[in-house]
Amino acid sequence: MRIDISQQVILPLLGAACVLVIWSIVSVSVAPDLPSPGRTWRESQRYVLEPFFKDGEMNQGIGRLAFYSLVRVGKGFALALAIGTPIGFLLGLSRRFHQSFDPIVQFMRPISPLAWLPLGLVIFQKSEPAAIFTIALCAMWPTVINTAVGVRSISPDYLNVGRVLKLSRFKTLTRIVIPATLPYVFTGYRLSLGLAWLVIVAAEMLTGTPGVGGFLWQEYNSLVYSHIILSVITIGAIGFVLDRLMGLVEARVRID
Amino acid sequence: MAYLEVRGLRKSYGTRSGPTAVLGGVDLTLEEGELAAVVGYSGSGKTTLVSLIAGLIAPDRGEILLEGVPVTGPGPERGVVFQQYSLLPWLSVRGNVALAVDAVNSGLPASERRRITDEFIALVNLTPAAWKRPRQLSGGMRQRVAVARGLAMRPKLLLMDEPFSAVDALTRATLQDELLRIWGERRSTVMLITNDVDEAILLADRIYPMTPGPDAVLGPAIEVGLPRPRQRRHMSLEPAYQKARQALVEFLRAARTAR
Ligand SMILES: Nc1ncnc2c1ncn2[C@@H]1O[C@H](COP(=O)(O)OP(=O)(O)OP(=O)(O)O)[C@@H](O)[C@H]1O
Ligand SMILES: [Mg+2]
Repeated sequence: MRIDISQQVILPLLGAACVLVIWSIVSVSVAPDLPSPGRTWRESQRYVLEPFFKDGEMNQGIGRLAFYSLVRVGKGFALALAIGTPIGFLLGLSRRFHQSFDPIVQFMRPISPLAWLPLGLVIFQKSEPAAIFTIALCAMWPTVINTAVGVRSISPDYLNVGRVLKLSRFKTLTRIVIPATLPYVFTGYRLSLGLAWLVIVAAEMLTGTPGVGGFLWQEYNSLVYSHIILSVITIGAIGFVLDRLMGLVEARVRID
Repeated sequence: MAYLEVRGLRKSYGTRSGPTAVLGGVDLTLEEGELAAVVGYSGSGKTTLVSLIAGLIAPDRGEILLEGVPVTGPGPERGVVFQQYSLLPWLSVRGNVALAVDAVNSGLPASERRRITDEFIALVNLTPAAWKRPRQLSGGMRQRVAVARGLAMRPKLLLMDEPFSAVDALTRATLQDELLRIWGERRSTVMLITNDVDEAILLADRIYPMTPGPDAVLGPAIEVGLPRPRQRRHMSLEPAYQKARQALVEFLRAARTAR
């Protein structure tokens, strides 16, 4: 029990303290423009303690900004799953489909959100759908690839059970293929959510829409550097929580 | 013509180091309602033979006829109890058995299918564990589920691939007795694969010894002249038991040294 507390609480706190010390040293020595931890807290206090105030489009509590970003990420993530999951299953199930589309998938996967966003703006003419388009397009690949790998690594033993029972294609899919693939699919979902959250900052920066990323960029332009740090910490914290939540979901569908 | 006829079955697998000839012309017949055993060393090709009769793989040569109809692919009329259980881990005991029951009884109403499922679970004494997942079961219990699923297909022929090899000796004896009881009640046609000579004699009417591969073949059938119903106790003292055992062991030993 004692070992547990020291390992799970004290050591991480020690790590965080180290980072704070280094941050303080850097802010007084090499980078005088970088606000110190104390100054960051003083200037950000209101955003954290009254997280839902709203003074204007871009001057809102961090809770409100995070909420805008989360809604946007939620939409993009949902779109990514809606497109990525069936594509993943098709890639895993059909040789033809795999031969036709796997090269495209491999080609599109490494393209940065920064490249997709302007294209989204051209297509949709509006920043909101362009941002969601970008998130979906960047975030769906882990889902696509994990699902395809999951389908292809189904044990032949399970498929043989279906063959002996002469299950229809539909029944084989719903009773064997999908349940056997589910753990892989949810690993894909967790990675996709991480990517979606990574992309949101870039999407908001470029489109100037209200949200944590948009706020960060605006405060950089208005030289309120402490708010950049506030945004960065918020982004990290939310990303961490999202990953943990998806991890819980993932653990639930794991078979063994 | 026999109920099941296997003639001149050949099968080789292509591997990186060239093809390995596993079966080199297997002949076998089985009568309806008979429990026949195939006994052979590990790696001789027993599972390959099961997969061929199940229709999961195609032979290079030879033919398999069930009631005179050639086997061209898998189907529930040839039920399989797989060597590695192959239970679906995301389904409960009930779900695994119900999958088979539903597949072969799609015409029946749901309530009737549920009744049949319960019946087969009860048959292998798993009613208290019906809602457990395979990973929560002991090896012996998993094996029972696999047997229940095989029986639940109500196959013309049940192929059992070393069904009791993965459990300890005590459990094994219990499962053998259970199979003896179930088979006694139903008289289904069963082809039992095993590497245990005593198991084969206890359970089977007729035993085919398999030579070690490559190019494995089955030796002449050894009839087990023991009366049914059989009791495990004292059986090893009966002359018919001794006779079958001696014939079997001698054939297997000779086949091994001949290689
Ligand atoms: N898919 C395959 N590809 C290549 N070789 C195979 C394949 N399946 C089996 N073999 C080979 O065929 C031979 C017979 O295998 P098989 O599984 O039929 O033996 P077995 O008698 O069932 O053994 P055991 O008693 O250990 O289960 C082995 O040498 C094995 O390595
Ligand atoms: Mg085998």
